[in-house]
Amino acid sequence: MNSSIVWMIVGMGIATYLPRMLPLVVFQKVQFPPFLQGVLKNVPFAILGALIFPGILFIQDDIWFGMLGAVIAFLLAYIGANVIIVVIGSIFVLSIVSYLLAVF
Amino acid sequence: MEATAVHRPLHQFKLGLQAGVSIAIGYMPIALTYGFLAKTTGLTLSETLLMSLLVYAGAAQYMALDMIAKQIGVIEIIFTTFIVNIRHLLMAASLNEKVESDRPVKKALYAFGITDETFSVAAVEKGKLTTGYMFGLTIIAYLSWVCFSGLGFVVGASLPDIFQEGMSVALYAMFIGLLVPSMKANIKVVFLAVVAALFNCLFVFLEVLSSGWAIVLSTLLSALLVELIVWLKSEYGGSTS
Repeated sequence: MNSSIVWMIVGMGIATYLPRMLPLVVFQKVQFPPFLQGVLKNVPFAILGALIFPGILFIQDDIWFGMLGAVIAFLLAYIGANVIIVVIGSIFVLSIVSYLLAVF
Repeated sequence: MEATAVHRPLHQFKLGLQAGVSIAIGYMPIALTYGFLAKTTGLTLSETLLMSLLVYAGAAQYMALDMIAKQIGVIEIIFTTFIVNIRHLLMAASLNEKVESDRPVKKALYAFGITDETFSVAAVEKGKLTTGYMFGLTIIAYLSWVCFSGLGFVVGASLPDIFQEGMSVALYAMFIGLLVPSMKANIKVVFLAVVAALFNCLFVFLEVLSSGWAIVLSTLLSALLVELIVWLKSEYGGSTS
């Protein structure tokens, strides 16, 4: 192993671990005011929105490919399908679509 | 006193493992691709695995490969890694409100497994999260990431092309699958997700922020704005739901 790459990896590991660990360990005894607690409870849903858009539009050169994936996943989830079914179903439909696009 | 089955640590660990299966599947294509790219970038198998073992962050690892290829300095790569992953600070702080109190050592251990995906799955669970659940959830996702990184290096891009294209939607589909049930149950969730998505689209298309900062800022803005509106309504409105 190239030692400068190893040190780089160790540094990256520390830089990634600190933001993950500090709030859980340091805030153990801290009680936030209700408004701030409310904001922190909102974070999961807000971040999901930001993680999905616009990223999903760029999974292929053609943004409609990602858009189609989003619609299928949304419909599957809306009718109450389990997360694993949503994932496998979306992969399945998009694979068929890209297969058809490649053939025709 | 005997603990009920639901609260036994082993049972909680198994629940965590089950919840992590979809993440493990979702990681497969990204980890395979990472392993393959690491090989083409010129890393050895042990360096490729070491990065997945110690860093365990998809976006940062892809970015590092790109920067290694461009011969960018070690310090800059480490600093960029920190910037890209600063969003975990927000997630860990949010999660801290939801997990049971436990010894700092245990929390520090499973904290290593906080990613966009494990966080999202844990955060939408109902009620308090146990330490056993957190270990189950993070371990299965971590193992998938590390194993498929190695496999990607070894087998390269032998997945058929059509499958690779379909697979690229996997993680996004998972995010949608996690979000939609909460959206149906609570209109506030719809606003939170849509407002954050709009802000993020704006930041990305204007190219004013790196993608990591764009996610942090749009999440914070949305979480704050929506909370502020709810608070104002309860202070002054009262009549509306």
